[in-house]
Amino acid sequence: MEAYLDNSATTRVFPEVVNLMVKTMSEDYGNPSSMHTKGVEAEQYIKEATKTFAQILKVPEKEIYYTSGGTESDNWALIGTAMANRRTGNHIVVTAMEHPAVGAVADFLEKQGFAVTRLPVNEQGQIDPEKLRESVREDTIVVSMMYVNNEIGAVQDIAELSKVIKGKNPHTYVHVDAIQAFGKYPIYPKRMGIDMLSISSHKLHGPKGVGLLYIDEKVKIVPIIYGGGQQKGMRSGTDNVPGIAGFALAAKMTYADLDIKVERMYQLKQKLVDGLLALGDVHIHGMAVREGAPHIVSAAFVGVRSEVLLHTLEDRGIYVSAGSACSTHKRNASPTMQAIQAPKQLTEATVRFSLAETTTEEEIDYCLSVLGEVLPMLRRYTRR
Amino acid sequence: MFRMFLIKYAEIGVKGKNRYLFEDALIAQIKRTLRRVEGRFSVTKESGRIYVEAVTEFDYDETVAALKTVFGIVGICPVVLLQDNGYEQLSKDVVDYMDKMYPDKKRTFKVQVRRARKNYPMDSMELARELGSDILDAYPEFSVDVHHPQILLQVEIRQNIYVYSEIIPGPGGMPLGTNGKAMLLLSGGIDSPVAGYMIAKRGVVIDAVYFHAPPYTSERAKQKVVDLAKLVSRYSGPMRLHIVNFTDIQLYIYDKCPHDELTIIMRRYMMKIAEEIARKEGAVALITGESIGQVASQTVQSLTVTNEVCTMPVFRPVIGFDKQEIVDIALKIDTYETSIQPYEDCCTIFVAKHPVTKPNLQAIRRSEENLAEKIDEMLKEAVDTAEVVEIDE
Repeated sequence: MEAYLDNSATTRVFPEVVNLMVKTMSEDYGNPSSMHTKGVEAEQYIKEATKTFAQILKVPEKEIYYTSGGTESDNWALIGTAMANRRTGNHIVVTAMEHPAVGAVADFLEKQGFAVTRLPVNEQGQIDPEKLRESVREDTIVVSMMYVNNEIGAVQDIAELSKVIKGKNPHTYVHVDAIQAFGKYPIYPKRMGIDMLSISSHKLHGPKGVGLLYIDEKVKIVPIIYGGGQQKGMRSGTDNVPGIAGFALAAKMTYADLDIKVERMYQLKQKLVDGLLALGDVHIHGMAVREGAPHIVSAAFVGVRSEVLLHTLEDRGIYVSAGSACSTHKRNASPTMQAIQAPKQLTEATVRFSLAETTTEEEIDYCLSVLGEVLPMLRRYTRR
Repeated sequence: MFRMFLIKYAEIGVKGKNRYLFEDALIAQIKRTLRRVEGRFSVTKESGRIYVEAVTEFDYDETVAALKTVFGIVGICPVVLLQDNGYEQLSKDVVDYMDKMYPDKKRTFKVQVRRARKNYPMDSMELARELGSDILDAYPEFSVDVHHPQILLQVEIRQNIYVYSEIIPGPGGMPLGTNGKAMLLLSGGIDSPVAGYMIAKRGVVIDAVYFHAPPYTSERAKQKVVDLAKLVSRYSGPMRLHIVNFTDIQLYIYDKCPHDELTIIMRRYMMKIAEEIARKEGAVALITGESIGQVASQTVQSLTVTNEVCTMPVFRPVIGFDKQEIVDIALKIDTYETSIQPYEDCCTIFVAKHPVTKPNLQAIRRSEENLAEKIDEMLKEAVDTAEVVEIDE
């Protein structure tokens, strides 16, 4: 049996999405910028996709821009606003547990002369609104926050935090990295006070290499990719028709009956967490089951190195990811593990299980039974 | 400007009656190596020299880089090949050559002529003198130094005329396949690929054995060793990489022996397995990347205890090298970047905090008695189930 429990790394593409993409490559393969029929046909896919996203997010179509994925969206939101507003501002705020797609950009901007504040989070991975308020200054250009943390599934109350930011400085932009949240939560930027929102396709059964950045019309931002002037000159490059069409269909399918799917994921998550705790000597990182994201469980198996557990499970057809990249030569805890101040003995024993709407109860049962079988052996052979 | 290379080789020259065997091995290896380079080449032996000539368009840099991986080559001389159209034309071409090769000119030179075709109207001395003065007439910034010239311009009169002055150093050593076969213990670290390179350099064909310990070592660690074997094989030629599953033996030792002796006992069994595979594959020696004192298992006492299980000679070409000296070679042969990828190898997964550094052979043997029940069967199993990856770059 196989149990793919690494859906936060990437997901299997829906077959309907694959079929649609094949059609855009084999039949309607035109370049939307071409003036002839082939171009017009291809353009329809983009228009259709944009309509879909506008409906899901409840935003005007003109505020949606396609990118090569979550990383580009994050880069653009931060670098684009920093560059466009450097006359009036010089400061950006990120959290200490950002994904490198934000964290490394903040490091880059710091080298370019911008001031950067890295907000601490608590042990559950949550931002303290009071500390956030203190961090926002008169010259703060943008605050970037992660809706759902990719490692431990911590969720932020974005609407509330946005109010805090805007209350302190109404000119500060709110950027939200929703790469792990989109497809799990209804997200409405206008109601939640989000000025920019990063989304990636391959986390919700769409293809890799495509994502989007929602940008509120009033945001002052410059492009970071220049060229043929596609997407109103804001993001040049031939439109990725197969990717965008596939991405939109995947989003549409994901958001159909979302509440029912999410409830099912929470039930599976609960089952997994209960089963893990019953194994003994297991620590679950982050928030309580129903408060955290429905699809991420981060567990530390005390006394077992995560990499070894990962390979043991892989041998039995179970795919998970290790909490930290580790080897004897390089044992660096991830930014998230450092931010939540997890002790070393837990970080090096941490494995992430991530579910999707395609995850089955059998997969969870199988995973738990294999863990019950292999853990005693793994705990017996350790470095002394 | 160059379409031809004169290949210099040294040690082969002293091998007496076996000389042609060595030359043929060298030519075979040059041909094999040039197959991975763009273009077609003819490789010929003519009066004790090897010439590589491009017969189609080719990439100069790529070709030189490939020739630099052929053991046995001491120097690679890019040659300009001229037709014999009389002295006037030769003089013009040679002056032109000097201009193109040395645009700054401010150097000393000497012309050396070899006249293999004796019916050429001028003799060697005369030719050298005339060409030298023509060069000086054209470019007075050059100057002549017959004792220690910076440029030694060689002109060889054969059916055609060969002109060259540069020698690009080759790797040296002996042509592959002229010195038997040995089995390399390849770990994934920096030292063992270097050790394999050094022994292959002496003309020895090598195979390799890697000890894999899933789930404690990952698929990526194994892939890294395959990648390293490929890098080494650019020099050493095709090799068979034997991947031994070592997990059960390691855990058995863990269960039955004192923890601080785990590494040393483990290495003794690795040597035994490697030797058994070597025997099956027709190899007559083992190669390791051990270097005295580098880690606890490489103290002189540890090496002695490890060595004790071997009946074949064990070559340890980096035994007296400092780490930096080994790294320098790894950088030169391009294995370093791959070696430092951070994947765990099976020697470190259970390593004790304080392993023995001065193991006592009698004590180790006593500990190994605890393994008597199953170890022979496990060793046989490890040898029999080893996976073979054919490496050919």
